Amino acid sequence: MATATTPPVTPDTAVRDRDDVPHATPRRFRPGRAVAWAFMILVILASLFPFYWMLRTALSSNNALYAGADNLLPVQPSLGGFQRVFGLQTGQEAIDAGGAGQAINFWHYLVNSVVVATLITVGQVFFSAMAAYAFARLHWRHRDKVFLFFLGGLMIPAIFTFLPNFVLIKQLGLVDTLLGIALPGMLMTPFAVFFLRQFFLGISREVEEAALMDGASKVRVFFQLILPMSAAPIATLGILTYIASWNDYFWPLMVSYTDRSRVLTVALGVFKSQTPQTGPDWSGLIAATLVAALPMLILFMVFAKRIVNSIGFSGIK
Amino acid sequence: MTTTTPTRREVRSRERRGTPRRRDDTRLALAFIAPALVGFLVFMVWPTLRGIYLSFTKFNLLTPPEFNGVDNYVRMAIDPVFWNAMRVTLYYVVLNIGFQTILSLVIAVMMQRLTQKTWLRGVVLTPYLVSNVVAAMVFLWILDYQLGIGNHLLELVGLDKIAFLTSSEWVIPTVAFINVWRHVGYTALLIFAGLQTIPESNYEAAKLDGASEIRMFRTITIPLLRPILALVLIITIVGSFQVFDTVAIATRGGPVNSSRVLQYYIYDVAFGRFQFGYASAMSVALLLVLMIITFVQYRVSRADTSDLD
Repeated sequence: MATATTPPVTPDTAVRDRDDVPHATPRRFRPGRAVAWAFMILVILASLFPFYWMLRTALSSNNALYAGADNLLPVQPSLGGFQRVFGLQTGQEAIDAGGAGQAINFWHYLVNSVVVATLITVGQVFFSAMAAYAFARLHWRHRDKVFLFFLGGLMIPAIFTFLPNFVLIKQLGLVDTLLGIALPGMLMTPFAVFFLRQFFLGISREVEEAALMDGASKVRVFFQLILPMSAAPIATLGILTYIASWNDYFWPLMVSYTDRSRVLTVALGVFKSQTPQTGPDWSGLIAATLVAALPMLILFMVFAKRIVNSIGFSGIK
Repeated sequence: MTTTTPTRREVRSRERRGTPRRRDDTRLALAFIAPALVGFLVFMVWPTLRGIYLSFTKFNLLTPPEFNGVDNYVRMAIDPVFWNAMRVTLYYVVLNIGFQTILSLVIAVMMQRLTQKTWLRGVVLTPYLVSNVVAAMVFLWILDYQLGIGNHLLELVGLDKIAFLTSSEWVIPTVAFINVWRHVGYTALLIFAGLQTIPESNYEAAKLDGASEIRMFRTITIPLLRPILALVLIITIVGSFQVFDTVAIATRGGPVNSSRVLQYYIYDVAFGRFQFGYASAMSVALLLVLMIITFVQYRVSRADTSDLD
């Protein structure tokens, strides 16, 4: 992907380029370019404005929102919304501010979300990597047939397996537990196996064979050679898996009934349905929404480049 | 872990040298794929078969399923709510995919031809990082009839307020819009990745011939991008049919049934009325629709590829 930003440096174009813009490839299309930029600025605004609006609303006093609905800055700045989200306000205070008055504590849901997303990510990436190694490098009968069978799993939409999986989780006695939420995604996804196999296939055999010659077992080769050498794709897959499981709603909604196993997305839905229909506690609701979104936004800030560049058809085909 | 046996074998193979590849790793391979295989069989293959089986039963989750033949399918055929849900879902998919594809194509081309800065791609991708639930909550607030900034902006430019999520004619377009907001950047990046595979020399040559940017888009970008566009469409359409989160949070299927998409109806039948058999039958119907769409699109996109070559 690094090549993407490098302009072609043929002397020919360099001579013809009479623009002051040093790093853009020369293009005619001047008035059109302005229109295009105007469009892009609109796209940027549309992408980011809702985030600003969340922050602005969460930092406003709920009762002041009614009068200052079109105020672009926080109205009567206050941390009340966040305090209600983390259960730091007494019931009466919360009711006065338009909240449900019930003690809620998002810390708890935050921890649940972290546990579920971590279980799924670590399990799925590790077990998929093991399987991918077996498909890429080990020699066994029916290997390619089994792999094709795995790939067939890509055809089954997740939505179809939810109902029967719920029945299964119920039979296993795991309803309303964090493990019950994580289990179906913890062992593999066909995509993860496929994605990692592609990378393992690309690793040079020579290094591996040298290690085998030196007496390393294939297990050791996997752990001490293959895994470290594919750290980058594994990290990418891990981050994407973490984000996806953090944002999942439908499956956790089915499995969790009480606070014991509620993750942030589900808790947010419950919080929303508890809020009074007339004059809801918008600043509290939006503060909760921001709390639910923030961890992934921080993750994105840290790994933006890796995430942005990972999206493409390198793995899918 | 049964690592001891293979280790000893490795040692022996080292002594023999020469042919470490020829050996058979069946045991080790079994150990390596065991967790994934269990996951695959227990949580994908078995539920698929079981889902199909349950669709032929009467099942309330508390007592064992009772086989009742095609009763569920007969009921489905005459259930007006099911057909309404199908219609609403289709309407949603058409709006969602239509706007999203056009918009993401334009954004992707801009990202390629205007500037290829990573920060811009990052900004466009940001909405994708939040959950559907968060997106639904934010727009529930922004598009609120009384207090939403969206309606204030409409009034500012002299338009009437719109009951975005509470009127039957606006609710599906609004839900479609919310999901376009969240997914358009991701789709644009997929298309952008496809654009990167078109050699720059094509554009250089066209430019020497004096072709305009719009002409290049028509004669170079679109034809060469067609196979990837078809693939993106398969992925996004299959995803679009599974719409649930936004509806569950923002509208609960209302007003009346005007946003009761299929997946929400299935959930309602299963967990609201405990009719797992009927819910499974509707899931099978959805699965069939998705398979037909994938198949047709796959064929069409293949035909396109061979046309080009």
